[in-house]
Amino acid sequence: MSTFDNPFDPDRNLRAGCVCGQHRSAAEHEQATALHCEPVANEEKRYEGVVASTLMRAMFPQDVARRAFLKSVGASTALAALSQFFPLKTATEVFAQAGAPEKKDLKVGFIPITCATPIIMAAPMGFYAKHGLNVEVVKTAGWAVIRDKTINKEYDAAHMLAPMPIAISLGLGANAIPFAVPAIENINGQGIVLATKHKDKRDPKDWKGLKFAIPFDYSMHNYLLRYYLAEHGLDPDTDVQLRSVPPPEMVANLRADNIDGFLAPDNICQRAIYDGVGFMHLLSKEIWDGHPCCSFAASRDFITSAPNSFAALTRAIVDATAYASKAENRKQIAEAIAPANYINAPVTVLEQVLTGTYADGLGGVKTDPKRVDFDPFPWQSFAVWMLTQMKRWGQIKGDVDYKAVAEQVYLATDTKKLMTEMGLSPPASAYKSFAVMGKTFDPAKPEDYVASFKIKKAS
Amino acid sequence: MMTTSLRLRAGLVSLVLLAAFLGIWHLATRSTAQVTTMSPEYAKLMGLTATQGKSAMPGPLDVGAKLWEHLKRPFYDNGPNDKGLGIQLGYSIARVGTGYLLAVLVAIPLGFLIGMSPLLSKALDPFIQVLKPISPLAWMPLALYTIKDSSISAIFVIFICSIWPMLLNTVFGVATVRKEWINVARTLEVGTVRRAFTVILPAAAPTILTGMRISIGIAWLVIVAAEMLVGGTGIGYFVWNEWNNLSITNVIIAILLIGIVGMLLDQILARFTRMVTFPE
Repeated sequence: MSTFDNPFDPDRNLRAGCVCGQHRSAAEHEQATALHCEPVANEEKRYEGVVASTLMRAMFPQDVARRAFLKSVGASTALAALSQFFPLKTATEVFAQAGAPEKKDLKVGFIPITCATPIIMAAPMGFYAKHGLNVEVVKTAGWAVIRDKTINKEYDAAHMLAPMPIAISLGLGANAIPFAVPAIENINGQGIVLATKHKDKRDPKDWKGLKFAIPFDYSMHNYLLRYYLAEHGLDPDTDVQLRSVPPPEMVANLRADNIDGFLAPDNICQRAIYDGVGFMHLLSKEIWDGHPCCSFAASRDFITSAPNSFAALTRAIVDATAYASKAENRKQIAEAIAPANYINAPVTVLEQVLTGTYADGLGGVKTDPKRVDFDPFPWQSFAVWMLTQMKRWGQIKGDVDYKAVAEQVYLATDTKKLMTEMGLSPPASAYKSFAVMGKTFDPAKPEDYVASFKIKKAS
Repeated sequence: MMTTSLRLRAGLVSLVLLAAFLGIWHLATRSTAQVTTMSPEYAKLMGLTATQGKSAMPGPLDVGAKLWEHLKRPFYDNGPNDKGLGIQLGYSIARVGTGYLLAVLVAIPLGFLIGMSPLLSKALDPFIQVLKPISPLAWMPLALYTIKDSSISAIFVIFICSIWPMLLNTVFGVATVRKEWINVARTLEVGTVRRAFTVILPAAAPTILTGMRISIGIAWLVIVAAEMLVGGTGIGYFVWNEWNNLSITNVIIAILLIGIVGMLLDQILARFTRMVTFPE
């Protein structure tokens, strides 16, 4: 499924069709369940497509006429004829050059985990440079530090857990400072790892009294683990112990028997297996396929003071994310991000995470190409879901205006515009319904959703 | 004659102890764990700890080999997050030096004033007593929040932790200068400023330098922890980065280097102390 519109395809309707414009009909759009924005191999081609589409639309205001014209002369002749009197190449070049960035030398913070793949790889693989930026990616010690350094403007933008920008904007655990998310980094790519001694304790109902580690309070990891435990009848606040532990210390703590397991970002899960201290109980994908994990975030301040830099940065990230979403590129990416300057982990471990062919820690080799995946679109329904969980577990007290917060923090509209300009096909709506462990979430009714859970923190 | 033979014997005992330590270390970290059989394709995806029963703790030979590798190219620069050990140590020493010098500039004049005035000395005592025992790292969040710059925060933490021993020792040294000497100076009608520099300062110098020596030790202890927190550069960041990769070998090397640099800093101040010490 390529998102590149071929305006010279006589069977394609440039106006009607599906909402995203990728498919010939709405029905076909429905069928395509995967919501991927795969890029066209060649950037120039993509822009050319956008320009050509516009041109064709201008030439043939009547879609029927355009189709008839294309059918009679053929696409290549039409293209050649058009290029004769319209400088398609020049127009494309002009179009691709957006406003010059106000600030070229930027600093972007990241935490060394595979969730940050697009942010990291964009440096060694030249995605930032391609969009006219000189970005230094700086490794950071922990989530609280990355938050403080971004708030203090030491970083222009940063890798954050998807709920963090919401929490910062709401002033949970920090002063309220408006933050925004132009792109999601990765979807899936986390896992529940248990110590090897628990290999016969696969039923969560037997987990009473165990100690689990999560990377941060405002993390998808926290919400997913709580959700998973609660669905199995355990109250995460009273039946088990949940501790915030920095990811690198999780493996050491698991080895030292201080914790029984964790829901952690990869490469930490695979690292525990690689070092022979744990096994993969469950991929986070099995809890919610397509869940967001980390985000690319910046303060509103930066966005308003340097809008072109921000747009170029977002374009670079979207570009890198699109590149990373292709399975055939994953090995190359693993090698690019493994050195000490970036993630600093054995290439084998990163390869297992990114390619999805991995040792499960129990002697088996499993394959799941979607173990981790990359999709930049910041669905506002993701933000609404996170808010429902913040409310459910008492992180937010009182009433929440779910929609307003989601729309303020998750910049679906801007990213959509940007992606369209880049020739990608973002989804038409910023809300989608999805299922978490078989239970459907309707973003239009967040209050009912929160109320529907039996296990939650009494407010 | 006696002293040389004692030194020789002490050196010999040191060497024997080192050899014994390395030997025990080597034996303790030999791969002993039995290896469970696994399919070759599975084994390919696993680390050496799991496949060969290699101990998670590196042996002295691993550390030695890695150390040699680092010593061969101490100043490489592979980008903002990966620099050679020489560069990292340089950053740490620069931070400690800046924070420490600032502390010297504040603590010694202030200590002098407090020490010369019994009233101030008593009035400020409760504040100093409360501030002194605070762990320097406890200042870190406050510093990050107010200063809004992580590298200046690290320097501030060094400053705040090295100021107290120097201040207290200066106060003590100045306050306990022998009364006879001051009285003699008074009898000879020496002015206050001249008295401070020609009588009190030389008399208090050994105590002040002892305070400075304690401070540099604390500053070096703290920088590693501070850099682990703020990241970016420095030997503390190096430890954290290698800990991230669970590379115990590199962590051990860093520990060794931290120890050696700390010892050198201490020796430098010990030499200064000896220079100002006088027999009574």
